[in-house]
Amino acid sequence: MTSWPILSVVTFLPIAGALFITFLRDDEAGARNTRWVALWTTLITFAISLILVWRFDLASADFQFLEKRPWLGGAITYAMGVDGISLPFVILTTALMPISILASWTAIQTRVRAYMIAFLVLETLMVGTFCALDLVLFYVFFEGGLIPMFLIIGVWGGPRRVYASFKFFLYTLLGSVLMLLAIMAMYWEAGTTDIPALLHHAFPRSLQTWAWFAFLASFAVKMPMWPVHTWLPDAHVEAPTAGSVILAAILLKMGGYGFLRFSLPMFPQASVDLAPLIYALSVVAIIYTSLVALMQEDVKKLIAYSSVAHMGFVTMGLFAMTAQGVAGGIFQMISHGIVSAALFLCVGVIYDRMHTREIAAYGGLVNRMPIYAFAFMVFTLANIGLPGTSGFIGEFLTLIGTFRVNNWVATLATFGTILSAAYALWLYRKVIFGKLTKPSLLHIKDIGWREIAVLAPLVILTIVFGIYPKPVLDMSAASVTQLVDNFQHAISSVQSAALAR
Amino acid sequence: MYPAPTMTGLLPLLPEIVLGVGAMALLMLGVYRSERGVRLVDIASIVLLITAGLIVLALPAGKLATFGGSFVVDDFARFLKILAIIGSAAAILMSIDYDKREKQERFEYSVLIVLSTLGMLMLISAADLIALYLGLELMSLPLYVVAASHRSSLRSTEAGLKYFVLGALSSGMLLYGASLVYGFTGTVNFAGIAQSAADAGTGLIFGLVFLFAGFCFKVSAVPFHMWTPDVYEGAPTPVTAFFAAAPKVAGIAMFVRVAVAAFPGITAQWQEIVAFVSVASMLLGSFAAIGQRNIKRLMAYSSIGHMGFALIGLAAGTSEGVQGVLVYMAIYVTMTLGVFAVILSMRRSGGMVESIDQLAGLARTHPAMAFFLAMLLFSMAGVPPLAGFFAKFYVFLAAIKAGLYVLAVIGVLASVIGAYYYLAIVKIMYFDEPAENFYSMPDELKVVLGVCGLFNILFFAYPGPLVGVASAAALSLF
Repeated sequence: MTSWPILSVVTFLPIAGALFITFLRDDEAGARNTRWVALWTTLITFAISLILVWRFDLASADFQFLEKRPWLGGAITYAMGVDGISLPFVILTTALMPISILASWTAIQTRVRAYMIAFLVLETLMVGTFCALDLVLFYVFFEGGLIPMFLIIGVWGGPRRVYASFKFFLYTLLGSVLMLLAIMAMYWEAGTTDIPALLHHAFPRSLQTWAWFAFLASFAVKMPMWPVHTWLPDAHVEAPTAGSVILAAILLKMGGYGFLRFSLPMFPQASVDLAPLIYALSVVAIIYTSLVALMQEDVKKLIAYSSVAHMGFVTMGLFAMTAQGVAGGIFQMISHGIVSAALFLCVGVIYDRMHTREIAAYGGLVNRMPIYAFAFMVFTLANIGLPGTSGFIGEFLTLIGTFRVNNWVATLATFGTILSAAYALWLYRKVIFGKLTKPSLLHIKDIGWREIAVLAPLVILTIVFGIYPKPVLDMSAASVTQLVDNFQHAISSVQSAALAR
Repeated sequence: MYPAPTMTGLLPLLPEIVLGVGAMALLMLGVYRSERGVRLVDIASIVLLITAGLIVLALPAGKLATFGGSFVVDDFARFLKILAIIGSAAAILMSIDYDKREKQERFEYSVLIVLSTLGMLMLISAADLIALYLGLELMSLPLYVVAASHRSSLRSTEAGLKYFVLGALSSGMLLYGASLVYGFTGTVNFAGIAQSAADAGTGLIFGLVFLFAGFCFKVSAVPFHMWTPDVYEGAPTPVTAFFAAAPKVAGIAMFVRVAVAAFPGITAQWQEIVAFVSVASMLLGSFAAIGQRNIKRLMAYSSIGHMGFALIGLAAGTSEGVQGVLVYMAIYVTMTLGVFAVILSMRRSGGMVESIDQLAGLARTHPAMAFFLAMLLFSMAGVPPLAGFFAKFYVFLAAIKAGLYVLAVIGVLASVIGAYYYLAIVKIMYFDEPAENFYSMPDELKVVLGVCGLFNILFFAYPGPLVGVASAAALSLF
């Protein structure tokens, strides 16, 4: 227990930075100051979030750093806290924010102040989503993220930004409002929206099913799962580089986090009943979107579709509800957060130089950009899930976890890894290898110090977590064990009650 | 026979007395000072309204009644009276600059608004059908006049006439309903109606339906909404700002009080009507607004939709539901006033503009204005963490508790559809290339916009007071 509200500080510090930025001047010097303020704000937030890791008790599965204050009256409170499931996501968010700010350093030249404010507000809302221990508070943070993201895509995005931003906003909102109704129904049923209390509340079966579907509507869109993934390629392609990074690395993880935090522990019966549906959707996502990725001509679109496929592994692993499956799902999300962020940053590097994302416009970059080619290769291999990279650990664990429950699903999903090798290597060959024949590429420069500073930590993390995944797995181990135990307990108690009758 | 009211017995009526006497005094002042006194009358009206509001707050706590129980002041009335007064005072404040620029400086305008507000306060406190009708007419007659206050403008006079004719029709329906209710229960007092409603039979239901039709007209709920877009568009903009806020508060107040206080025994019957009206309003408000190019017309459809959402709370028929309605109305008033502060600032060299496209690129030409408007629009769309989300949250919460799942699902879907056109305005402001600059915003509009905007942005940080007061107000009805 801490004496100061560390989670609230981590959550709201970026907003304080954003407020500070509003007082800066809106000219060339102001833009420079704005960038530095934003960078320092995110760095300090990251540093404080590391204190969380430092003080986190790995042996405990309970929520830690608890805070609670009256908020909306009644049983709806402002409650914050993290456990082994949410803490990795908090760190992922705070770690990627400085990188995103650095990645936008020169790419964003218009309305810099508004851009940085939007990003800082977005960070607050994302961290809040993972820290909230009250359903309504969670919803507020979860949905609030739509506003800054809508503006980021719409103002600083590509040519079809209006379409993409509207699609992103309305799709996500439509999914979420149904969840809101389910939250209300749960409130009247359990008399509270306190998440730790709800985790131990046995909801009646019919409510479980309806609420499960309502939560699915929201998280499936956010995740995104096939067939409601279509907003993702549009949003990714049109968003500015840092927007794509945050979208792929963190916003998508909110869906998986939601499944872990709400759907599985609160509606165990419904989760067991409907797991085949999730399996089916996951397998379709893995295979179908991998095939779609093979056909793409746009670099960002290809990576976007590969994200959908990778999220398929996550949902499959989570709903296997074995210790390996869940741990693998979490690890896969963290790993994908790093790798997809890095891939989008890599695309950003060449997009900043050539202003095109068409695969055919590139080729032979290794001749002019060796450092870049190396970084891109690491991330490509991690995206494939090659042993020795973080991508392997996640996919492997989810596959083992699922195999114990359902052989067929695991077998089919394994084909996805082959397909991912196909599209990722194809992309790498087209862009990096071959002869440098395109005249426009003859004078392209290799990455500079700022870009190295952006990509180096990600390269290191990808390889370190691939060889030594223990830090992440340990962080979540106690909570995952408890989650799986509670889940199995709830299922078996229902089954024994049915047998006794 | 009731005893004649004594001086102390008139205490609950003090705010109304102050407003009435004050309005007469201001009328005299205006007549004697004529042109020169307009600004003075405007300011004095605002002061008068604020005084009345303070008196409402200073009245002894608990439920006060006078005139043999036909006029009550309970927490419900206090809450909505304050809200109506805020709406009216802000409307006068926002009209000052407009009237000066458009050469429409007439002292009668603010006096009429004060009189209309007096009617609203009467209406909010009315506890029998006669008092209700008196309050309603006192509220409405000045509204017809101010709608047509641009005497030389064809659109304005048309709006006034249309509003008057349709308003008179709805008053007739309401009166007919009231007479039916009286005929079948033998009393006009809400408590008395409630007692004999249980065995009054079908005739009473007919009366109820006619009464509700009249209410629906006043709050511009479907299917009695047709006047709204035309009147909103035609009336001078400050008048539209006034129409959109305070009279809606009073209309919802009478709707809720009659339904809950006079017909508690037949909740199941009127619940269906309210639920239908609510669904129809939400859907029509959402769909019809999509095609609008004129921002005042768009606000008309938006307000129809918002009334639909507010009525969800009434459809629940519980104290949580009424609490939801009250929270909704409070937040609705701030959102509407804020948006109209921007609409009133849409002025450039050629005069006022009303087309949504004129807002293009506002984020670059007037960043603060665009930011606040965007936040208000997101709030209207019900996106957290803005206040509009919590408004919807409480009414849906009540609907779910009352088991109105279908209504709730349709409601949230309508809110997503509604989000589209609010987003479309944000898109025009933020994504499009700038149009010509507007003149800089008058100070009083800046104040209104800033206060409303900050209220909507910061509401989530400290929602306790408003929610708590609304809860107490709702409980005072049950």
